[in-house]
Amino acid sequence: MTAQLDTPTAPALGSAYALKCRECGATTDLDASYACSECFGPLEVAYSPPTITRADIEAGPLSMWRYEALLPVAPGAGSRPGLQPGLTRLVRADNLAAALGARAVWVKDDSGNPTHSFKDRVVAVALENARRLGYQTIACASTGNLANAVAAAAARAGLDSVVFVPSNLEAGKIVTTAVYGGTLVAIDGHYDDVNRLCSEIASNREWGFVNVNLRPYYAEGSKSVGFEIAEQLGWRLPDAIVSPVASGSLLTKVDKAFREFTQLGLVDDHAYRVYGAQATGCSPVAQAFRAGHDVVRPVKPDTIAKSLAIGNPADGPYALDVVRRTGGAIADVSDDEVVEGIRLLARTEGIFAETAGGVVVATYAKLLREGLIDPDAEVVLLNTGDGLKTLDAVAPTSTPTFTISPSYDEFETHYAGAQA
Amino acid sequence: MSISVKIPTILRTYTGGTGDVTVSGGTLQDALADLDAQYPGIGARVLDDEGRLRRFVNVYVNDDDVRFLEDLQTPTPDGSSISIIPAVAGG
Repeated sequence: MTAQLDTPTAPALGSAYALKCRECGATTDLDASYACSECFGPLEVAYSPPTITRADIEAGPLSMWRYEALLPVAPGAGSRPGLQPGLTRLVRADNLAAALGARAVWVKDDSGNPTHSFKDRVVAVALENARRLGYQTIACASTGNLANAVAAAAARAGLDSVVFVPSNLEAGKIVTTAVYGGTLVAIDGHYDDVNRLCSEIASNREWGFVNVNLRPYYAEGSKSVGFEIAEQLGWRLPDAIVSPVASGSLLTKVDKAFREFTQLGLVDDHAYRVYGAQATGCSPVAQAFRAGHDVVRPVKPDTIAKSLAIGNPADGPYALDVVRRTGGAIADVSDDEVVEGIRLLARTEGIFAETAGGVVVATYAKLLREGLIDPDAEVVLLNTGDGLKTLDAVAPTSTPTFTISPSYDEFETHYAGAQA
Repeated sequence: MSISVKIPTILRTYTGGTGDVTVSGGTLQDALADLDAQYPGIGARVLDDEGRLRRFVNVYVNDDDVRFLEDLQTPTPDGSSISIIPAVAGG
């Protein structure tokens, strides 16, 4: 139902006061709605800007909840049962920078979250709202990382979970979902098929689908990546970020985080460029960027970067808007380049990224080669997941240097040969 | 001719709350026209002023996105199913 709330009413959910359509501006209550009843446009959380200082944030929990005043949650989220994700490390990547001929590179390593991907952040906000709205079951359509995060969060919160994934997912992501209990449904189809089915089910079940009917809240959780980058850089913005693009939501929300921090006076205004990274086998947003289109033509995904294999990206048009507004670019890389990206980051910085992280590193290298990003720009690369979940990608090229019997002479011979 | 149509929650105000309705028509365009004839006003929620599918709505005929088929000219033979789904989900 649509309520014509043009001015904030009493805040019931932190500083959030309504859901507002990004397209036509119609507002509705803070319920489990995700599409505008007027035009089908996406609903976003609308806030009354809170008063908050750096000191307030620094005194907060050592998790993403230090930013709860800027998220659609009631105060005290950190004290309620959940995975308490966030505040992952920001790693200065000088070796990688040297290898690529760049000046200043950082890696925001979200593999350090409780289920080893950035999805714990979005699920944390969705979980808060699932509880608020009285759902006993949380559900999702997932390419794997979200499946892990939903199943684990539900276990912690004492809720039921129903998780839908494509049946061709990496074995590592099936195991790391099923182990938490709950119902895991494998669908013979692409992610986009899974997503369609979940939208149909969401219309007929009293479940909180984190990325369907709770999506306006869920998506806001990604802002915490941007907030942390700014705080960890010493309360300032970088010159550029490179974000993986699946639905496009993360990229747009990191940009939103930077704008909110600037508007609230928490960082100085600083021009930054937002770059997007896709795998060539699923690159509808990169294709639209190159063609100069503002709509995204769906594709059928075919890439090892399965966590990015969304052929019909919900926030594709908005990701294009952000990239063009900030003077960035969106590029794509082959699966071979993805593997090389994973290996490069591992060899230079000791960070083992999943395929999506490989896409980001490889795309950054390509942007440098093509002169689309300034090598002197201070850039933050987003690694959104853990390489242990996508071992198949690097298994063929990651083997013992040599295998020998337990003989000293044999070791000396082979080691000398390997060093030659 | 009988084609089943799945109606998303936000359009059920037009269908008296039901999520499953039946229409007729040889193409998606005809089927949507019949849908609007039965439930006046619903067509304008799915199609824009120029009669094209709205940007943020996905329509599937027999589980396939019509943008991979023939868009509004996609055939909808007897027994087909149509799903109308808000596009902004997932990820």
